[in-house]
Amino acid sequence: MLLIQCPYCGLRPELEFAYAGQAHVARPADPSTTSPEQWAEFLYLRNNTRGIHAERWRHVRGCARFFNALRDTTTDHFLATYRAGEPMPAIQAVQQP
Amino acid sequence: MSGRRIEHGGRVDRSRVIRFTFDGKTCSGFAGDTLASALLANGVRVFGRSFKYHRPRGVIAAGSEEPNALVTVIRDEARCAPNLRATQVELYDGLVARSQNRWPSLDFDVQAVNDLLSPLLPAAFYYKTFMWPRAAWHKLYEPLIRRAAGLGESPTLPDPDRYSQRFAHCDVLVVGAGPAGIAAALSASTSGARVMLCDEQPEFGGSLLDEPTATIDGKASGDWVRDSIATLRARANVTLLSRTTAFGYFPHNLLGLNERITEHLPAPSANMPRERLWQVRAARVVIATGSIERPLVFPGNDRPGVMLASAARTYLNRHGVAVGQNVVLVTGSDAAYSAALDLRVAGVRVALIADVRTDAAGAPLDTARQAGIEVVTGATVLGTRGRLGVREVTIGMLASGAVNDTRRVECDALLVSGGYTPSVHLFSQSRGKLEFNEARQAFLPSISAEPECSAGSCRGVDGYAEVLNDGARVGAESALAAGHSVAAQQYRVQSREFSMHGLPGVLPQANHLQPSRAFVDFQNDVTTKDLALAMSEGFESVEHIKRYTTTGMATDQGKTSNMNALAFVAGELGRAIPKVGLTTFRMPYTPITFGIFAGYDRGDLFDPVRPTPMHDWAVQQAAVFEDVGQWKRARYFPRPGEDMHAAVERECKAVRAGVGMFDASTLGKIEVVGPDAATFLSRMYVNGFATLAVGRSRYGILLRDDGFIYDDGVIARIAEDRFHVTTTTGGAARVFGMMEDYLQTEWPDVKCWLTSTTEQWCVIAVQGPRARDVLAPLVSDVDFSAAALPHLGVTQGRICGVPMRLFRMSFTGELGYEVNVPSDYGLAVWEAIHAAGQSHGITPYGTETMHVLRAEKGYIIVGQETDGTVTPDDAGLGWAIAKSKPDFVGKRSLARATMHAPDRKQLVGLLTADPRVVLDEGAQIVATRGQRAPMKMIGHVTSSYHSAVLGRSIALALVRGGRARIGETLYVPMPGGEIPVQVTATVFYDAEGARLHG
Ligand SMILES: [Zn+2]
Repeated sequence: MLLIQCPYCGLRPELEFAYAGQAHVARPADPSTTSPEQWAEFLYLRNNTRGIHAERWRHVRGCARFFNALRDTTTDHFLATYRAGEPMPAIQAVQQP
Repeated sequence: MSGRRIEHGGRVDRSRVIRFTFDGKTCSGFAGDTLASALLANGVRVFGRSFKYHRPRGVIAAGSEEPNALVTVIRDEARCAPNLRATQVELYDGLVARSQNRWPSLDFDVQAVNDLLSPLLPAAFYYKTFMWPRAAWHKLYEPLIRRAAGLGESPTLPDPDRYSQRFAHCDVLVVGAGPAGIAAALSASTSGARVMLCDEQPEFGGSLLDEPTATIDGKASGDWVRDSIATLRARANVTLLSRTTAFGYFPHNLLGLNERITEHLPAPSANMPRERLWQVRAARVVIATGSIERPLVFPGNDRPGVMLASAARTYLNRHGVAVGQNVVLVTGSDAAYSAALDLRVAGVRVALIADVRTDAAGAPLDTARQAGIEVVTGATVLGTRGRLGVREVTIGMLASGAVNDTRRVECDALLVSGGYTPSVHLFSQSRGKLEFNEARQAFLPSISAEPECSAGSCRGVDGYAEVLNDGARVGAESALAAGHSVAAQQYRVQSREFSMHGLPGVLPQANHLQPSRAFVDFQNDVTTKDLALAMSEGFESVEHIKRYTTTGMATDQGKTSNMNALAFVAGELGRAIPKVGLTTFRMPYTPITFGIFAGYDRGDLFDPVRPTPMHDWAVQQAAVFEDVGQWKRARYFPRPGEDMHAAVERECKAVRAGVGMFDASTLGKIEVVGPDAATFLSRMYVNGFATLAVGRSRYGILLRDDGFIYDDGVIARIAEDRFHVTTTTGGAARVFGMMEDYLQTEWPDVKCWLTSTTEQWCVIAVQGPRARDVLAPLVSDVDFSAAALPHLGVTQGRICGVPMRLFRMSFTGELGYEVNVPSDYGLAVWEAIHAAGQSHGITPYGTETMHVLRAEKGYIIVGQETDGTVTPDDAGLGWAIAKSKPDFVGKRSLARATMHAPDRKQLVGLLTADPRVVLDEGAQIVATRGQRAPMKMIGHVTSSYHSAVLGRSIALALVRGGRARIGETLYVPMPGGEIPVQVTATVFYDAEGARLHG
């Protein structure tokens, strides 16, 4: 069971969270102008990263907020968590604990 | 007789005699015995039969690494634990144990014929032989193999015991209470750091308990252990857990501990849990799990009486049991000499020490010779003899790679040692990297992946002084890393100790080219021949060899066999051990019960049950319930003598002709409030909400962005900035989550707030031509006239004096209302409506009647008419889409050409030619008669009922190009023949909707 730093509540056990898929997949502002290929990519294509992965979590049994995280999928170590809407931290600037 | 209790010595309590039975025979032992030590003291040599060849097997080890001595311990019919290691079963009065894997008896086993057939049963024999025919697997091969090659049997009754679960947090968790672990806990806890110390054994001390002559800081080792544990116990910041196995290392320093609470008690209190699962989150972990002696691999090395030297020493020094009266030691390490010397002191004859190292010399050999023991070096074992236990060993002398002299030595116990393997299981589970140490011939912890540190012999430290000081240092450093400053203590030790270094692998034989049948994995009966065969068939990866031969895959996870198998493979392939690689260590370290994982989540507590406010009333009315998610919903209310069909028929007629009442409280409800509430809902749902007037409601459809129906419900505008949204019963949580997702992450600028109100509102649907007559006398502060509250009108007022949101709406096609009151008033209002409705013949109805009534009207149920591939247009709901909106969730996907293909599956009605035939839901539909499988299927039945009001069956179905087929005859092929059906519109009753507006 992972320990996850909610940007609003602090360090909490994984039991309180729900995984919510890859981060920074923005819904197009005007979907009607997207090509079928662009729309299909938004809907269906996701990375399967070995290494540092930007992903969404929701503190569903806590503050209920969605937020973003950088997690190393090979070690399960979180390098950073940050609020939705904030830019992805430069990965090299984050030190592993 | 070979083993016996010596006159004195050991840590058992000789004043407390304990009686037990083994295979029906009554034996006795002392308090402090394990089943293994007591049986050895009673002269027992054969503990069980082996897994594959049914060879007689004795006990090899004295701890949790034991591969052979598996027994079943029986308390009663339901409490019957198979596959327990006799070395870990603590003796209690009245203990009943049974050997396993033998028939009819341990000494004579019919299937021992397998052993004679062993040339026919090589590695992967089962894979190769029982592959074909496939159909024979279930009926023939599998039962046969299971009977022949089984371990113990599990009880068939439900487990009557309770299992507890706890979470714990600490600064330093120390795993293993041997010298390193105790020293680590002592130094870490001087600082005030919260320390937990656990050990799988009943007594703390680890290998120090086998070492009575050593002194630590001037104290005898046993006294030092006792005083140290007393010190720890007196510290409020220390938790001590004995009989507790750290079985798993999980990410972010979470460890699973299995505490056995009542297993050792003769009559456990019913109030105590049998076992407890601890989930411990530690800032730092100290792994002090010690090391395990390796057996040697030679022909006949599995004969009862062949035993690890360290085990013989444990039985002697801890239990006062000599495992033989005339022993031979074969060793590749110095440390094993201590066993022979201790036995010699206890009066046991040591016939020979055969050291397999040609260059062995120094203190251990000198000490043994001074004690009058013959020692030879450069020896090997060519074989053993003895039907049910070792009687004789054949020693060969090696010179320049060849065996040039052999001698036979009589013995009743053959002690073996290949040196010690550090227990790196937990370290490896934590995903730390191991490195092969040439000098130690062992894998040692190298790079940590978690905040942990190994201490003592599990990281290759040798010698009690070094181990104690290593433990003290690591304990102090761990406390410091967790924010508590301490200084590590230094220990002074006096002891006679020899190095634990050894040599992994197989003793050389006369003819190296033909590998002899020497056992590598005792529990799975894997020999050097099997490993050689796997390699000759092309397997080179150690992970593949492991799976092909099953070496290391038994319940002991290869604790005594992995290094020997690896060394053998490396030798055969001519590669260095680290080049061959190591198989993965997995949890659990030792087998654990399912009970601790289930914990309290059994029976009524397995899953939460959500009853509505009217639940007890419905129970009193003899309602039959169905589970909808976690909810309990009344399905129908049978009267005496009625079956479901009769009850539903009556309930349906009552609603159509008079009035019925229905508990709709389980519907999901979300209050959407804020200046942008209408904007938000317009973006989420296909419908438009900007133009919805206050006091009106609308049927809403929610899509996913892929354009398929996700949920539906009625959405009412309570005020300019306030909406009351309903969802399906099953969809409430996921719809709420989806709305939050879009609101928080896609449209954070939209100003509105979502609140789940599902359990705050109790919902009573009153449906039927007389619904208004029933409710009118009860409501107040409401203009209840048809003109003021038309179909889909919404108002607020009071009912029976209770605040109410009143929806005029219908899922039945009749005049209908849904009364929403705060849940605490739900039952009272329900009873008041029921009482007021008596003069109108009001009839409570359940979900089954609700389903029939809505199907008569062609109303869909999400999840029944839809399956994640149905668009609004497919479901005949295209009219609901507000086409002028620039965007809503799913709009872009609906614009794809394929979403408008004319041959999409569309919702239609079906009428069987024979009105009495009710189709099966899920049945497939074909266009023409007489097709042979595989038929061309063009759709399926989604809903099917007998309609009371129509006096015939009706069905809804998704059919390719269905709306263009209205009027056609299609066929539903069933085992009894094809059922002809006519395609119709989806509305079977009151197509013009006159009754809604009554
Ligand atoms: Zn939070």
